[in-house]
Amino acid sequence: MTTSNDLVVEATAAASTTGSGPHDDGRVLEPRARRRLKHPGRWRRDLSALVLLLPALLLFGVFSWWPILRSLLLSVQYNNLVDAPTWVGLDNFANVFSDPILLTAVRNTLEFGALSVLFGFPIPLFLAIMMFELRRLGGIFRVLVYIPVIIPPVVSVLLWKFFYDPDNGLFNAALGAIGLGPFPWLQSTATALPSLVLLILWAGVGSTVLLFLAALSGVSPELYEAAETDGASIWQRIWHVTLPQLRGIMLILLLLQMIGTLQIFTEPYVMTDGGPENSTVTVLLLIYRAAFINGDFGYATALSVLLAAALAILSAIYLRLTRAWSTS
Amino acid sequence: MIVNTEAPRPVVRARRRTRTDANRSLISRADLRRPGLRLSVRAIQGTLLALVAIAGIGPLWWLFKGSFSGTQELLQNPAALWPSTTQWDNIANAWTQLDIGHYLLNTVVYAVGAAGVQVIVAVTAGFALSVLRPRFGRVVYGAILATLFIPGTVSLVALYLTIINVPGLNINIANTPWAIWLPAGAHAFNVLIAKQFFDTLPRELFEAASVDGASPFRMLLQIAMPLSRPMMFAIGLLSLMGAWKDFLWPLVAMSDPAKQPLSVALPRLAENADQALVLAGMLISTIPPLIVFIIFQRQIVQGVGFSGLKG
Repeated sequence: MTTSNDLVVEATAAASTTGSGPHDDGRVLEPRARRRLKHPGRWRRDLSALVLLLPALLLFGVFSWWPILRSLLLSVQYNNLVDAPTWVGLDNFANVFSDPILLTAVRNTLEFGALSVLFGFPIPLFLAIMMFELRRLGGIFRVLVYIPVIIPPVVSVLLWKFFYDPDNGLFNAALGAIGLGPFPWLQSTATALPSLVLLILWAGVGSTVLLFLAALSGVSPELYEAAETDGASIWQRIWHVTLPQLRGIMLILLLLQMIGTLQIFTEPYVMTDGGPENSTVTVLLLIYRAAFINGDFGYATALSVLLAAALAILSAIYLRLTRAWSTS
Repeated sequence: MIVNTEAPRPVVRARRRTRTDANRSLISRADLRRPGLRLSVRAIQGTLLALVAIAGIGPLWWLFKGSFSGTQELLQNPAALWPSTTQWDNIANAWTQLDIGHYLLNTVVYAVGAAGVQVIVAVTAGFALSVLRPRFGRVVYGAILATLFIPGTVSLVALYLTIINVPGLNINIANTPWAIWLPAGAHAFNVLIAKQFFDTLPRELFEAASVDGASPFRMLLQIAMPLSRPMMFAIGLLSLMGAWKDFLWPLVAMSDPAKQPLSVALPRLAENADQALVLAGMLISTIPPLIVFIIFQRQIVQGVGFSGLKG
């Protein structure tokens, strides 16, 4: 902020001397012009900045800003890539809303979200709180818990597809050994979605735990000391000290989880292709199918715009919270 | 966020040392002196550690042993810890019969190029916005940060239509490495990190250089870049890991099977290839990120704010 004043001075100085050329050495220099020669950098610096920003401007322009604008454009067009696109108003949105599968996808997404929060929240939290107390083994725990995050998602999904196989899978073999099952896992409409959630939880628990651990190291020991002096039991300390102190990160992780849930694609695409009977269809899977299987770009982008609106709202809340949280 | 959670630590620690039972957190030493409580805490911790170890190492071990099993045995006895007859040549067979080596090379080419483009864009843009501060800088930075609100997945379709007919050039870059490299550069989070890093460098450094007549490009090459090696390395490594994992975009951009990276080729191969060979291919795809993790585990585990934020 301190330099912004200088910038204004420099900018006005540069602006007021644009009339006179830079090479008029013959004349006696006005104080202002002399100042400009002393700071010849303003224009040159803007130009250098522009040159340095060129890669970013080009790539963001072509591969980010333009596709975002074009999504809006495509969502009100009929486009089959062959004929010239025609304006169709809100027809694409009407098509999306009248498609019964949208309701299924939204319901599945809500179910994904509800299950992820129900299990994906307390488990890492409990793990982090208990394991933060580990002194020597803490490092090993952190590495172990992070291993699933390291495995490429496609490999995890294919691996779990082996595990979930109802006849030759590891899970039914292991559970059968203790007299349970066999379970249909991905083959039944009742268990397919929870099975995907289990995989997603396994793959994501590590980063959630580490974020909780980082937040736990920020909880002041004096608070625990005071609570203990007042006779608070361990559970009371967790309830009245730890959890309130973690409120900020919990909200952030909740939002990140919702943002992630809205974009679930790889797991259902590779494991179930949305089945059985559309029980694992997600919004992103619908977008993919509409665009790259049916070639209906209008439908696909209309649905994308709706998804973008939902995500933008969540992301805005997320960014506001992280800012509030990191400055507090 | 990362900086702010880490920064207050030393202060707290210094204060802790002055106390007797000051290294405490939730459970104090006095608590642990009560045998019942000590036992139950240790029991819970031991159980959790065992469960986490099984969940972490178990699937990885299964992948490993599966890569050296015969398909028959793999299906008949999935719970076996090690196959009765070890097929060491699965890896070599996957390499030749499934062409895993070819897909691995594709993955390496795409990931390294994408990481390179991301570092170049982040450093040049971050330097221009933070040090040179042009008059239009605020607008550009705002427009870049605004894309953080809209994850790439929602402009997927429009991005595909863009790469099959790049505006201004009217060429189709689908099924070429450019389709992975160039869109990777438009990653706002990297620019944010680079700019914030350059913001922490003392301005006097650049002002002095400017007085000495150094051009902005020399300032970037000879002052900023040598000082920002750790930042460039972090962005490069994170981009590399991200590009290695990527699935949806290469699936869309690389419809030609010969051009696909491992992540896209593996599910396609899994449909009808010999399952043990597919597992060997999956192992090959997992080893490089695992090695990176083993080497940099301290930095990755401590700087996890990154991965949490990137998602």
